[in-house]
Amino acid sequence: MKKLLKHRLFWPIIALLTLIVVNTIARPQFIAVTVRDGQLYGALIDILRNSAPLMLVALGMTVVIATRGIDLSVGAIMAVSGAVALTIIGGSDDPDNIGTVLVALVAALGVSLILGAWNGFLVAVVGIQPIIATLVLMLAGRGVALLITDGFITTVNSAPYSFIASGYLLFLPVAFLISLAAIAIVALFERRTALGVLTEAVGINPEASRLAGVRSRGIIFSAYLSSGLLAGIAGIIYSANIRAADANATGQFIELYAILAVVLGGTSLMGGKFTIAGTVVGVLTIQTLEMTILFLGVPPAQSPVFFAIVVVVVVVVQSPQLHRWVRRAMTSRSHTDTTSKTEVAS
Amino acid sequence: MSADTAVSLAPVVAMTGITIRFPGVLALDNVDFALRPGEVHALMGENGAGKSTLIKALTGVYAIDEGTIVVAGEPRVFTQTADAQDAGISTVYQEVNLCTNLSVGENIMLGHEVRRGAGIDWKATHRAAAAHLESLGQHLDTRSLLSTHSIALQQLVAISRAMVLDAKVLILDEPTSSLDRDEVEQLFTVIRDLRDTGVAILFVSHFLDQIYEISDRITVLRNGKLIGEYPIEDLPRGALVSRMIGRELDELEALSSVSARDIDRSGEPTLRATGLGRRGILEPADLSVYEGEVVGIAGLLGSGRTELVRLVYGADRPDSGQITVDGVATKVSSPRQAIDQHIAFSSENRRAEGIIADLSVAENIVLGIQARRGALRKVSRAEQDAVVAEYIEALGIRPADPNAIAGNLSGGNQQKVLLGRWLATAPKLLILDEPTRGIDVGAKADIQRKVAELSAAGLSVIFISSELEEVLRLAQRVVVMRDRRAIGELDARGVDLDGLIDYIANKSEADKSEGSAA
Repeated sequence: MKKLLKHRLFWPIIALLTLIVVNTIARPQFIAVTVRDGQLYGALIDILRNSAPLMLVALGMTVVIATRGIDLSVGAIMAVSGAVALTIIGGSDDPDNIGTVLVALVAALGVSLILGAWNGFLVAVVGIQPIIATLVLMLAGRGVALLITDGFITTVNSAPYSFIASGYLLFLPVAFLISLAAIAIVALFERRTALGVLTEAVGINPEASRLAGVRSRGIIFSAYLSSGLLAGIAGIIYSANIRAADANATGQFIELYAILAVVLGGTSLMGGKFTIAGTVVGVLTIQTLEMTILFLGVPPAQSPVFFAIVVVVVVVVQSPQLHRWVRRAMTSRSHTDTTSKTEVAS
Repeated sequence: MSADTAVSLAPVVAMTGITIRFPGVLALDNVDFALRPGEVHALMGENGAGKSTLIKALTGVYAIDEGTIVVAGEPRVFTQTADAQDAGISTVYQEVNLCTNLSVGENIMLGHEVRRGAGIDWKATHRAAAAHLESLGQHLDTRSLLSTHSIALQQLVAISRAMVLDAKVLILDEPTSSLDRDEVEQLFTVIRDLRDTGVAILFVSHFLDQIYEISDRITVLRNGKLIGEYPIEDLPRGALVSRMIGRELDELEALSSVSARDIDRSGEPTLRATGLGRRGILEPADLSVYEGEVVGIAGLLGSGRTELVRLVYGADRPDSGQITVDGVATKVSSPRQAIDQHIAFSSENRRAEGIIADLSVAENIVLGIQARRGALRKVSRAEQDAVVAEYIEALGIRPADPNAIAGNLSGGNQQKVLLGRWLATAPKLLILDEPTRGIDVGAKADIQRKVAELSAAGLSVIFISSELEEVLRLAQRVVVMRDRRAIGELDARGVDLDGLIDYIANKSEADKSEGSAA
């Protein structure tokens, strides 16, 4: 029990479960999952599907934060990625052709990789502070997306492209399967290779890592590269969902939600030790909370405040400082007992 | 003198029956400790004896599980460091604990700036800071950034800061480990002055000479238990050491010197650096190390000894000179390139440049091998377990737990972890910069023994230490440095401690000639 309490995912998971329980008590059909036409339906399934873009972005953010960095440009990269894909599809004669869609996907991901590499270059090679380096692209990226779409919101009807966001495979939403695959690939890459531990070493103590011979430049570069790629995939899912490339609305504020998810999951913004599983829980918590707002019928005018209040409560409940205070309050009570005893004795 | 007066005075700090438990460890077991006004009281014990824990209990860093703390007659419960400071207890920690990105003056006066209305009178604040520094005999520009000064000066700044807090009790935890002889003398003058004004001083140091020079009284701890409290004149060195380590023999004395070992210098040296230098850092210097040889570098702090080996390792880029490894000209402009040449470097700054504090002992040891292989070829679990078990065993790392967090280990054990990291990469040349600084007698002996053993097996070693006995015991050749230049080279067989000190202090540049003292 004590070990369970000490586990770094204990409090994040409690937060998530509490949200689910509250929803279920309010309306029991929340946890109901039904099968229709070989597809699963229900609020929980919606959460899994809708969480895909944030999941992808937060995975990349986790690795970047572990290097002591931050990537503010993920929302802008999503916008560019969606704009590239939809412009290619919209410009072709046959939007339903799978070949066309594949070309669009490859181009979008290629551009995302280039943008990630740009961030990596600025941070790892030029040595610009991450928050500034990625701010450049955060501001410029949406402008690039507007240039690509000529300033319009490009709308496209392409069945294969829409399939990415709303299709089903093996009873499950495709978008969820993509995020599941991304979680597995990132986790394997970080933990099966030494990338994870070297990333942590660089994040904890860059100078000691350099003197130990760690190629920190390559490690930091690869973090921004993968963050860019994952944001690109998120942009595709997002634009496939709304069937449009909206340079301004795509991925708006997602960098902040991703940072929130990483922190909720228990990874420190100071860099170093990180947890993929924690980030997954953090993303699901945020998505469940958004669903809660819909589900409980919180009026739109109040929903941001409601969201913020719940986040503050969750963060405070998880904070080690609070746990320390609680522990200290409990021990100091027993302390005063013992001291008063000794005073009597002496 | 003051020892007599001290006895008659009531203790300013009385700790009784102090017990502190950590998960799985009884760090302090029913320990009593008393500090009297106007005394210098040395707290002695090996690493892990409970010295740091006792100090942290007294400064409010750790809450005590049992026992009482009475300060100036008042029972106190410290729940945070501010409580202890309010009670008049100030501390200067082992490794400099200041904000290196602030100015010297800001560091000294932090929280005690001279106010003018709602703002701060910076001029007066810096003047006050300068006055405090001057009482230590230092004349620094108080507006300069702390990070631009040597560790020695930063230490003095830390002491000035403690004086600003106007403490009744001053705790000095290893204050001299980074200071050279003159600076230690200066510090001792200040300590004596403070003592004579009635401040109680708790002094922790690994240098026995200094303990006997400055202390009035000694308390010895071992394995979390109180061994005893003694007036200094009742506890000769031998008795002190045997009480500290619980063994009758001083292990260091028992170590035989290996300086007389013959080295074959007919072939190409493992490393030869010619004219290696960098403007403003180091005058061009020569250095060579042969197979199986230990070359000591002797000199005061700031003499350029660290700077020289950092250039050899590529930690800093040299702007002049050549390096050959086994006779082959090589470019070493980054640590990576040095590592590719099988050169390993353990920095003097263990915490900032050595250990990765949040990673485990195992991850720290394997880091060197892993970095060489690159991120994609992970050291397998089985290999990692084998390597880690080997070095925990061979170097006696405690706790012998591969999963322990490295940052929680004592200094001596962290040093062993770093030694393990480098030995695991099978280097040809091992550069050790102050490997025994601030660690206990047992770990010191372990490390010296290991260096002697490895060099006998063919490893080339460059060994830097402030403790010249150590250098003379291990090295076959000693390069002497002063004022950022190499001033000469001695055969260790032909020189004793006094001769070496004299050479460091007095050797004039005119008669600079190789091996002249031999």
